Amino acid sequence: MIKIHSLSKVFHEGTVNENKAINTINLSVKEGDFITIIGSNGAGKTTLFNLISGNIFPSTGRIEINGRDVTKDPEYRRAAYVGRIFQNPTMGTAETMTLEDNMTIAYYKGCKGLRKSLNNKLRDFFREKLSDLDMGLENRLKDNVGLFSGGQRQALTLLMMVLSKPDLILLDEHTAALDPGNARMILDLTLKYIKDYNLTTMMITHNMGHAIKYGNRLLMMDSGEIIYDIEGDTKKNITKEALINKFEVIRKKEFENDEVLLS
Amino acid sequence: MIEGILVEGLIYGIMVLGVFITFRVLDFPDLTVDGSFPLGAVLMAVMLIRGFNPLVGFLAVFAAGFAAGTVTALIHNKLKVPNLLAGILTMTMLYSINIRILQNRANVPLIRTETVFTWITKLFGGTVFEGTALLILMIAVVLIIKVLLDLFFHTDVGLTLGALGCNEQMVITQGVNPEVLKIVGVGLSNALVAVSGGFAAQYLGFADVNMGIGIVVSGLASVMIGEFLFRSNRIALLTLRVLLGSILFKGIMYLGRYYGYYIKMTPNDLKLITGILIIISLIVSKNKKMLTLLKKKEAPEVLK
Repeated sequence: MIKIHSLSKVFHEGTVNENKAINTINLSVKEGDFITIIGSNGAGKTTLFNLISGNIFPSTGRIEINGRDVTKDPEYRRAAYVGRIFQNPTMGTAETMTLEDNMTIAYYKGCKGLRKSLNNKLRDFFREKLSDLDMGLENRLKDNVGLFSGGQRQALTLLMMVLSKPDLILLDEHTAALDPGNARMILDLTLKYIKDYNLTTMMITHNMGHAIKYGNRLLMMDSGEIIYDIEGDTKKNITKEALINKFEVIRKKEFENDEVLLS
Repeated sequence: MIEGILVEGLIYGIMVLGVFITFRVLDFPDLTVDGSFPLGAVLMAVMLIRGFNPLVGFLAVFAAGFAAGTVTALIHNKLKVPNLLAGILTMTMLYSINIRILQNRANVPLIRTETVFTWITKLFGGTVFEGTALLILMIAVVLIIKVLLDLFFHTDVGLTLGALGCNEQMVITQGVNPEVLKIVGVGLSNALVAVSGGFAAQYLGFADVNMGIGIVVSGLASVMIGEFLFRSNRIALLTLRVLLGSILFKGIMYLGRYYGYYIKMTPNDLKLITGILIIISLIVSKNKKMLTLLKKKEAPEVLK
């Protein structure tokens, strides 16, 4: 479904600040996959998401979604089939607008016409979907989204994304900015939606436990490369310790390589 | 006097609606306004003198204003120029274009030309005062524009336009090209401004290439004065607030013009007053925000 061919991204190419953020990544994602991604800061996880969503363009390599080469497609065009949730809960909604307006914008994803879509039928549909969130938002359709809490806004962002029926969803540590209770709630909601709508998912997380527990495939990234890729039973049975061990084994090897180079 | 203020407030209110779209809805401070206002005025004047129907004139003026806004949006989109500079560029270029439209003159009188205002006065045939006739016409025109604008902001594209100024990333995430939206928004804004300029030329009885100086500042002042009146998140009330702000602003300017001489003020000082009005508005709204913040902080302690 998604094929990434020798994808690289170099920032500030040709200057002293040259930074290889993504180094020749090859990746193939199947429909219905739920991939968790771990890695230290600066490993290139978010850059990979930026490349897939089209926020930035690769230096070399190709990205295919559903057999279509989207490497040169701008972000807004890819958004029709790629949904993305950011760490910051304010990124997914317009706070100076009402809940119903926000949902209307999300419901008809893509090019907008001079049609007035928001009517009572659509409002009822929104209420029904919002009541699933169990947050009382179904009674606040006319309230500005800016009045809602971070957890409510992130839940709303999730719902709005699901309504637009994306082929792939990218979750970039989308619970990290929330308090533990809300983070738990958002994670449960995410898992529910992934199951209900059979969403192909890529999720960045700093929580190794979550990375092991959820999904059918796990990627470990470091210095712009995918250094470890497991799925199925291997992934299910791996422990935190084994992962850390693996990480250190691979990193040590690199470390020694550096030593050799420097000496 | 009061009719004059109302008519002027409504004529300039169309321009303030445009300024409101860019400054408040799109968060795109657009200075093209200083050029598109006289653009509307001079184009209208030339077309009326050539004997065109005022309605055709307004269509042309609307299109010209939209084109001016499109140029600004394109400079900003394609060349990644900051929106302020893009607006200044178009505004400066428009100055020359406006003089060209007037055939290398700086102004043109419309004293003996048929305008919408002479037409409406004739229509009422002396049954009402001239001022009242103008007022009735302007109320009707502005009401139509306001309602159309409200409807537009309830359509899908209008809603998305509203989201753009607040959260551009969200608009992109929802699969809409923000560059196209900016063209629509800035274009529409300048189209309204040009139409306002078209009315102003007919009302004042002349068109002058310099009549746009400081227009955007007076528009912003009107928007800010309106914001003191009431708070709302409904577009119909927001546009109403803009129009009331415009009328209030004209009222204040009237006071400045007619009673200002007691404190040795001349009409030349009005631009200074406008600027000071904006600064006062900013200070007041800033303190208001601080007050609400303080109240929020205090509230939990009270609960204890």
